[in-house]
Amino acid sequence: MELIRSHVMVCGGTGCTSSNSLQIIAKMEALLKEKGLDNEVKVVRTGCFGLCAAGPIMIIYPEAAFYSHVQVEDVEEIVNEHLIKGRVVQRLLYKEDHAEAQHVALNEVGFYKKQIRVALRNCGVIDPENINEYIAFDGYQALAKVLTEYTPEDVVDILKRSGLRGRGGAGFPTGLKWDLARKPVADQKYVCCNADEGDPGAFMDRSVLEGDPHAVLEAMAIAGYTIGANQGYIYVRAEYPIAVHRLGVAIRQAKEMGLLGENILGTGFTFNIDLRLGAGAFVCGEETALMTSIEGKRGEPHPRPPFPAVKGLFGKPTLLNNVETYANIPQIINKGPEWFASMGTEKSKGTKVFALGGKITNTGLVEIPMGTTLREIIYDIGGGIPGGKAFKAAQTGGPSGGCIPAANLDTPIDYDNLIAIGSMMGSGGLIVMDEDNCMVDIARFFLDFTVDESCGKCPPCRIGTRRMLEILNRICDGRGREGDIELLETLGENIKKSALCGLGQTAPNPVLSTIHHFRDEYEAHIREKRCPAGVCTKLTKFVINQDVCKKCGLCSRTCPVGAITGDRKAGIPFTIDSAKCIKCGACQEACKFGAISRK
Amino acid sequence: MKSIEELKALRAKAQENVTLRKEDGTCRIVVGMATCGIAAGARPVLLKFVEEVKARGLNNVMVSQSGCLGMCALEPMVQVFMPDQEKVTYCKVHPEMVSRIITEHIVNGKPVTEYTYGAYVKE
Repeated sequence: MELIRSHVMVCGGTGCTSSNSLQIIAKMEALLKEKGLDNEVKVVRTGCFGLCAAGPIMIIYPEAAFYSHVQVEDVEEIVNEHLIKGRVVQRLLYKEDHAEAQHVALNEVGFYKKQIRVALRNCGVIDPENINEYIAFDGYQALAKVLTEYTPEDVVDILKRSGLRGRGGAGFPTGLKWDLARKPVADQKYVCCNADEGDPGAFMDRSVLEGDPHAVLEAMAIAGYTIGANQGYIYVRAEYPIAVHRLGVAIRQAKEMGLLGENILGTGFTFNIDLRLGAGAFVCGEETALMTSIEGKRGEPHPRPPFPAVKGLFGKPTLLNNVETYANIPQIINKGPEWFASMGTEKSKGTKVFALGGKITNTGLVEIPMGTTLREIIYDIGGGIPGGKAFKAAQTGGPSGGCIPAANLDTPIDYDNLIAIGSMMGSGGLIVMDEDNCMVDIARFFLDFTVDESCGKCPPCRIGTRRMLEILNRICDGRGREGDIELLETLGENIKKSALCGLGQTAPNPVLSTIHHFRDEYEAHIREKRCPAGVCTKLTKFVINQDVCKKCGLCSRTCPVGAITGDRKAGIPFTIDSAKCIKCGACQEACKFGAISRK
Repeated sequence: MKSIEELKALRAKAQENVTLRKEDGTCRIVVGMATCGIAAGARPVLLKFVEEVKARGLNNVMVSQSGCLGMCALEPMVQVFMPDQEKVTYCKVHPEMVSRIITEHIVNGKPVTEYTYGAYVKE
């Protein structure tokens, strides 16, 4: 007889999978079988837990012991000690602030303490490939409630009262959007899901799809009922193979159960969902380009109006929402709009998922109430900046957003505050930069990305962003001219006003925002030909500190171009010839006394 | 699935399989499972507890393990942590004793005094 006494949850998200979590699962299952425990202990492959920096992650219930950095070699010890003898393996427990190893349960970890998980509530909690687990955590109850108790107008009203705004970036009120798509009379309407997550550093949509795919399907079916559509499409990147696979499994299971397809739950409502795979063009995350791509055409945007709610996919009224937006909806229906509206700020309700990246200790996914300050996110949840370096700025909104300087660390984060300080929410990528990051270089990185991804349809984006990139390149190369900053500003403003779609209209933001907050760094590059952070190689210089140098000559022997000369016996100090130096940094790494520095 | 009733029934059934993961357990039954405990027969005791808890549908009870408590002679030992109650330690637990501990202590809140550590010490 099967009597499960313990559940072993192993993360099967993209992050942990790439650090061998699947081998860990295989080893665990083999060992349990060998020891005759396979009828007592269940191994579950879950979605992402969010703390990707500490992966692969394993949680063992009922103790909720939270293991991090688990290796295949550790599995045997976990089985022998924890599962057989009940002794928690202290050395593998997740440690915070390098404190003493202690038995920390999941909800006691600082990383999770300040989080409220709504969109991510099932990620790491259920087996995403088992519809029964989703149902056990109230899955498809919202759909059942909507189909039997609510009119489409009721659903719109609930969403309006909840204050939910689009999580894809622009923050358009979701209730209003659904209402606009509901109103037109048409023989055919469509519901689409934008899962073409393209911002560098953002991966919350992937995590939702990998960890809780049914939540998105359920919300899309609710949307279909509300606007009067019977067909849905999920446009997901082909670069997300695990997400694509799990969506496929979820759709199949929901159809088998009669939760998608014809006559759902005997109510007469019919709704189907199909997947469409994107080939990875950033512009296809823009709504009009996305729909063009679903139609099988080249993914290029077109002007609005007409808006998709009037004339969208195949010329029919279409509702398009982002993955994270959908993931919130079943819970708003289940728990009520007032519950959702009780979280967040006046104009931004609920929670938002952020993908923490860059110079931060706990790289990963966090979900926090709107209105949390950047300081709390970075220091309390994110664990601060490694190596005790100073915070310089955080980039939000990816290549469409801007940076937030240290002065704004205490600004409550919501849609409107971010715009007010010259950035934007975007999809929620949050890249932390410290004193070692050059802001001109960061701006150049993002602009380089948008230049690459510009579809080329409209000249402001195709040509304008390229001209801006050329100017940034010359500034970083030490060929910056007086007036370049002003030229960047003029170009940027013009592109914002004249580009066709959201990609072009927001492309100059990283440049404009870094100029606004860090103009002095731009000026140092142009006037003094100096990179204050020591990042731009052509502007940096390696120097040997003669007081520290022991004249061992190691640097000279390491230098690949023979730029370092000196002689201990003859008493000639070692120096670097800047003209010959290729700034590879090999000498700095080789020096055992730390005598060589970048300036 | 053709009706909402079916969905609700399925949910109730599915929830039984995930109770382990819900962290609202108000009562903890901890079985000593160190070498001494296992040698004295703790495994059947642990399994019996799991079985009884499941059979009675006690959703707020968590059955867990611990290491050696130091009194190896009295193994298998079982500690019960109930809210607003002092920890109760049972000694030399047999699978046959489990049912009574569950009925009297876990469900009705009255520790089975004769099985406890205190009773052994008196003897």
